[in-house]
Amino acid sequence: MTQATASGELYLSISNLWKAFGEFLALKDISLDIHEGEFICFLGPSGCGKTTLLRAIAGLDLQTKGSVMQDGKDVSNLPPSERDFGIVFQSYALFPNLTIEKNIAFGLENTGRDKSEIAVRVHELLELVGLPEQGTKYPAQLSGGQQQRIALARAIATNPGLLLLDEPLSALDAKVRVHLRHEIKELQRKLGVTTVMVTHDQEEALTMADKIVVMNQGVIEQVGSPTEIYREPANLFVADFIGEMNQLPATARGKAGISIGADSDIVKSQTHHFSDGETIVAAIRPEDVIPHGNGTSAPDETDVIGDPENVFTVKLAEMEFLGSFWRCRLQNEYFGASELIADFSINAVRRFELEEGKDMVVELPQDRLMAFPRVEAN
Amino acid sequence: MTSPSTNISSMPPGPVIKSKLSRDDIIMRSGMIVIALYLVVTLAFPLYAMLSKSFSTYRFELSQYEMQVSDQDGVFDGAILNPVDLNVATGAYSDADLSAGSDSRLPVTQLFPDFSFRSPVMYQIRNAQPGGRFLVGSTLHDDAEWTTLDSNSFRRVQLRPVKSTGFDNFVNYFSTPALFNSIKNSLFIAVLSTVVTVTLAFWFAYALNRSCMRFKGVFRLIAMAPILVPSLLPGIALVYLFGNQGMLKELLFGASIYGPIGIVIGSVFFTFPHAFLIISTALAISDARLYEAASSLRATPWRTFWTVTIPGARYGLISASFVVFNLVITDFGLPKVIGGQFNVLAVDIYKQVIGQQNFEMGAVVSVVLIIPAIFAFALDRYVQSKQVAALSARSVPYQPNPNPKMDRIFLVYSSLVGLFIVGILAVCQFAALIKFWPYDLSLSLNNYQFDKMDGGGWGSYYNSIKLGLITAVVGTAVIFFGAYLVEKSKGFRVGRSLFQMIAMLPMAIPGMVLGLAYIFFFNNPSNPLNVIYGTMAILVISAVTHFYTVSHLTAVTALKQMDREFESVSASLKQPTLKLFSRVTVPVCMPAVLDISIYLFVNAMTTVSAVVFLYSPKTSLASIAVLNMDDAGDIAPAAAMGMMIFYTNAAARILHLIASKGILRRTQAWRAR
Repeated sequence: MTQATASGELYLSISNLWKAFGEFLALKDISLDIHEGEFICFLGPSGCGKTTLLRAIAGLDLQTKGSVMQDGKDVSNLPPSERDFGIVFQSYALFPNLTIEKNIAFGLENTGRDKSEIAVRVHELLELVGLPEQGTKYPAQLSGGQQQRIALARAIATNPGLLLLDEPLSALDAKVRVHLRHEIKELQRKLGVTTVMVTHDQEEALTMADKIVVMNQGVIEQVGSPTEIYREPANLFVADFIGEMNQLPATARGKAGISIGADSDIVKSQTHHFSDGETIVAAIRPEDVIPHGNGTSAPDETDVIGDPENVFTVKLAEMEFLGSFWRCRLQNEYFGASELIADFSINAVRRFELEEGKDMVVELPQDRLMAFPRVEAN
Repeated sequence: MTSPSTNISSMPPGPVIKSKLSRDDIIMRSGMIVIALYLVVTLAFPLYAMLSKSFSTYRFELSQYEMQVSDQDGVFDGAILNPVDLNVATGAYSDADLSAGSDSRLPVTQLFPDFSFRSPVMYQIRNAQPGGRFLVGSTLHDDAEWTTLDSNSFRRVQLRPVKSTGFDNFVNYFSTPALFNSIKNSLFIAVLSTVVTVTLAFWFAYALNRSCMRFKGVFRLIAMAPILVPSLLPGIALVYLFGNQGMLKELLFGASIYGPIGIVIGSVFFTFPHAFLIISTALAISDARLYEAASSLRATPWRTFWTVTIPGARYGLISASFVVFNLVITDFGLPKVIGGQFNVLAVDIYKQVIGQQNFEMGAVVSVVLIIPAIFAFALDRYVQSKQVAALSARSVPYQPNPNPKMDRIFLVYSSLVGLFIVGILAVCQFAALIKFWPYDLSLSLNNYQFDKMDGGGWGSYYNSIKLGLITAVVGTAVIFFGAYLVEKSKGFRVGRSLFQMIAMLPMAIPGMVLGLAYIFFFNNPSNPLNVIYGTMAILVISAVTHFYTVSHLTAVTALKQMDREFESVSASLKQPTLKLFSRVTVPVCMPAVLDISIYLFVNAMTTVSAVVFLYSPKTSLASIAVLNMDDAGDIAPAAAMGMMIFYTNAAARILHLIASKGILRRTQAWRAR
């Protein structure tokens, strides 16, 4: 449970935030601390309240209840113009009739800087975002990715203490997006500016954020580093929303054991708090399923089974080639109607001579086998 | 998962957070309030004044007074005379004589048959009841003291009427056939003109959008020409063509052009561009895929027309119908010129107010006229809101295919319509240049010597240009800024929707009604705004207010296309919103700003109805001059002045086009990639 990057002082503190749109509650009792220099991602499906939370932090749409402290100052009811932040929108919102230079200079005017000072700063920012030659063009003459970088340069021109990014990459095509992800992250690291980004793209959140805030239906489901969120999801929603997760009906057996279905042999799992015999959901990610021999021949010496108790013999119902790995559907009497999905490397498939219809042995390693409470379908 | 219930009641009690207002918020809200107040003062208050006027009746109440008469020596015997009895005895005033207007006065000497202003007889008069008032000369007496007067002074006593509130005026209106027949007449010509105009405009728009005929650009220009002239100009042309000495009088086979025939023909002329524009837009957005589907299903052209074309354009047709109906029923200039004895509501208002000085009855007719106008307006708004929903971003524009036979038919048809429009204008121009129709057909410029005619001379022409320019500048600034405030400010939801509602109101109010309401409101001596009465300012205000709605909608449409996060970005950069407004919003919306200003200019130049009650000798206008010269029988100069308005507007349009191109090239350089 360590932070991915060293975080500084507490910078932004949100406590008990509520937002109502008429009868609809968009945010329910949100509390969150953000430290100086952190890159935070609000991640969640559309309508989960992540943009609402960002706009409340900016003061663009005020929360109904609750407080926001920024840099030790209560900004709960301040209009945006009296808060300290720069913002980049999905639409870029570049002023179409102003040149790139003037767009970036917009926030620098009326701040006591003289013209030459502004020109120097604008040039510096253009260098920083890697577009030093484009200053005299108009926004419409640039590509989407370039426009987004200009929007970023404009937002950081005045050195705000907080940078807010509202789905900044979702209007771009896939390749540009991957490239810009990296650039924005680099820039943020270089400037050390506390940054909050809203996104619905888990890959974006996982690659860019120091800390991810997973939201759903107006509440925070989990806060943690990308690896924590991925490896130790706090609940089934997080587990399911980020990455792929097998969910098998199971029964709790002791403090660190479960039966798949109702009556498989007891397998070891992560420790859990369920009482013996309680119906639960067992979860494991496809890539955590370890393949072993095909079930008939004895495992060779390189194939070491970590935990002989956590082994199942399964039928390889279907194999799907996905380029860098095989996605396999595995069936077993204990799984019931559900199938276990496993991602096997090309190597493993070749080594164990896996084929559709064959039987094989798989291991569900104890430390990757999680137990969650069973939820009624809603 | 620990998601609390979505129920609103799960939120803890306590006050909701209120935003601290930024300086920009305060500036924008006060701006909005100022403009809303402007609309309230120039629209709501005058309309209220008019409405209350229509419910006010004035009557001389003789029972309110008591009088005494002395003998020949000036000695009173103490006998108190009741004027009611005196009136019964003398029969001086009938019941109708006693109903009055707000400014009426009633002399009293007729109650005394023996009265002679040289006699030594003395008179006493007093108000027997509170509220009674009488004048001696110009001195008002409203107390209960006896006033003693010699016979010469008694001659100068005048009673003042008492105001009461009620439906009497309306009862009076509906019991006077000469008045309420106008309702039927107005509806008749409005419906007939609507049917004719919409039919003609539909096929014209169809020819331009759905055929491959030639000269489409020319036809489009011609179709828009009537917008540049006052509505009464076609009336003048019709007089020349079909009037008592008309060139083509025989074509009417004895029927008179003065009346419904003339009004309908003239209405078709001046409403044509409005109907054409709306229907043309509706036809232009039809989806080609529907036609492909129809032809793949082997539908006949006739069937395709009724199942695809007409349904696709139905909202445009309905909207055009309401607009034309509204324009015709509220128009004053045309029926004034060519209506003859055929009374319509708008002219009735004018006759009551200008002819008979019966302001209350003018107000009653105004109220009657507002009803169909508001009705048509409300239905039109409803239909337009539907049309937006019918648009789809995936539609494929329809491309007509050449069809030599149909194209030729459409060319002939469009030429006939074009000939009608150009012909009307040509007749006016011809009439203006003829020395003395029909006796001396030599050409001269005599008719342009406006200074020799009634109507204000060339001064009124320059006044009109002045009015047009000021209205364009002031109106565009106020309307665009108002639209910006209402569209882009945050919070303040009630205020904003209230503003939107008030901004829609002017369109539903006929110009005549607005003008009359202005008399009631601004000409009231106790109104501090009274100073603007009779100045250019009140003309500008009435023009801006009268043409507010269309301009406002143009501005709102343009503003809606702006990225809605510009204001957020500007606020995050700590820049004042007004800087954003002037540096970004106005330049980007420049095409719309220019459209609004030319719309205001042209309409201020051509309107008669909005200003006919409000001009003063110093601020006479060209359009009014046309009306007055025509009224005085100087029809040729009226035509000449009308054509001056046409040329001025045409020139303004061309200038506007050049200016737009120039400004667009500079401010919209970003549009080019």
